[in-house]
Amino acid sequence: MAMSHTWKSHLCSLPPGTIITGKWHGHSYRLLRRLGSGANGVVYLAENGRNRVAVKLSDDYASLASEMNILRRFSKVQGAALGPSLLEADDWPSPFARGTIPFYVMEYIEGEPFAVFVRRHGKEWAPVLLVQLLSVLERLHEEGWVFGDLKPDNVMVTGPPPSVRLLDVGGTTLQGRAVKEFTELYDRGYWGLGSRKAEPSYDLFAAAMVMIVSCSLGPIEKKGNGRAQLVALIEADRFLSRYKEVLQKALDGRYAKAAEMRRDLLAASAHRPTTHNVRRQTAPSRRPSRRTNRRRKARGVVETVLIAALLLGLYGFYIYRQLSM
Amino acid sequence: MRTGTLRQILLITDGCSNHGEDPAAMAALAREQGITVNVIGVLDQDTIDENGRREIEAIAAAGGGMSQIVYAKQLSQTVQMVTRQAMTQTLQGLVNRELKQILGSNASLEDLPPDKRGQVMEVVDELGETVALEVLILIDTSGSMKTKLPTVKEALVDLSLSLNARMGANRFSVLIFPGKRSHVEKLVDWTPRMEELSAIFPKLASGGLTPTGPALREAIAYFERKRSLRSWIGHGDEPYVEESSL
Repeated sequence: MAMSHTWKSHLCSLPPGTIITGKWHGHSYRLLRRLGSGANGVVYLAENGRNRVAVKLSDDYASLASEMNILRRFSKVQGAALGPSLLEADDWPSPFARGTIPFYVMEYIEGEPFAVFVRRHGKEWAPVLLVQLLSVLERLHEEGWVFGDLKPDNVMVTGPPPSVRLLDVGGTTLQGRAVKEFTELYDRGYWGLGSRKAEPSYDLFAAAMVMIVSCSLGPIEKKGNGRAQLVALIEADRFLSRYKEVLQKALDGRYAKAAEMRRDLLAASAHRPTTHNVRRQTAPSRRPSRRTNRRRKARGVVETVLIAALLLGLYGFYIYRQLSM
Repeated sequence: MRTGTLRQILLITDGCSNHGEDPAAMAALAREQGITVNVIGVLDQDTIDENGRREIEAIAAAGGGMSQIVYAKQLSQTVQMVTRQAMTQTLQGLVNRELKQILGSNASLEDLPPDKRGQVMEVVDELGETVALEVLILIDTSGSMKTKLPTVKEALVDLSLSLNARMGANRFSVLIFPGKRSHVEKLVDWTPRMEELSAIFPKLASGGLTPTGPALREAIAYFERKRSLRSWIGHGDEPYVEESSL
């Protein structure tokens, strides 16, 4: 692209107080601070009157227009918002650029990124938030999309009560196409565990990675056999190893739907960590242990006695009423 | 709208050419024939010298493509990103030209109201997904590039992974320069998949020469040769993207 690096760095360092006025609609936004910057643009927190909004500026008309298409589509989806809602699109005739700078204005989602939240509030939040995330993904997938660039930074935890929202729809792709944008660490192609075709299992791999990365310490970098390395990471952490089966299944692309992974994750969370650290939570019918069998028998006896007592009581009551009448 | 084939040369180098024609002139020649030239400069730990940087930018500018200078570690991500963005850029250029024909000489994506832009981009995205793509990868194997070649190979496998997730067809070819006997040596002939890129880079002739210009010239001829061969056999019906084919 014929853009100079100085221009881009200029775009990334607009001083607070800069006022951006659109040439088509004429609305003004006062920049407060930078929220973040990525490969194709920079996002600022801004205010328009009393409203706080997020403004995304870019030097790339094309990718910005693509993103707006997606945001617009999502605003039509009924129910809870899948991404930040799009408020306005316009061009800024900026003093330092040759032409105009395209920008769009969206809802400001206040919160903490997934990994930051988990680090501050404890690992037990990771599966809770992941379950929420999977519900959002399920809806997105039902609409025929794949989020693509799923990573802790793109999952905001808002609240209270804590709930997840997706940010940055730059990677969102129609199912069946090639994923538009991704981050290596969360990309199954990078780990040698699948293609870059946009399908639900692509997002579920990334979702598993979000949990693994948020719960492990230190940087992760691929060395040699990707799968073995990831499994070792799960096993190295006592908390993560409780979810080993779910995570592994997601890494291997064996979940076709987010709902299936969500269900298994909930089931794994329901199991209390007992003296046995790792518990199999597959169907107990496969190899029921003797202890659960015995417990089940005892429960049966108690139930029978209770029912008998209830019937006796009812009968006694009936007799008593008969006698008293 | 017919979709044709987009043709790209991806030059991976780490510095200045020192032999033969000016590579920027050769890149301009490629552009005239509908081939986009993208350049990726690979760094070690150090920074690239100013001449190298200028040459890399000049080649990409003349070839109508993109340039990026990156550390070897970021190569995979960069290679696939540059290829895709250049593709979008080319398609956008074609769509822009169409727009000009419909709306008058001054119309381009930038001049449309933001809401209309989205509709144009949908067409571009759709084309980018379905168009056939031919990428000729031209790798500088001289001197200091040698230590980076394993990373380059990884990046190429990654590139084919990305592109093969698209619905459109892909063909790749890999040339290295300097070759043993000539400026350029063919490493991989046109193939749809590079995952099986098992060929290790051969023992490389070491010498001080970096004939980037001549290598580009021969790369263009490599596209031509294929085309002429094809029309000879009678498969010349595969359309190349030209203004008229859209």
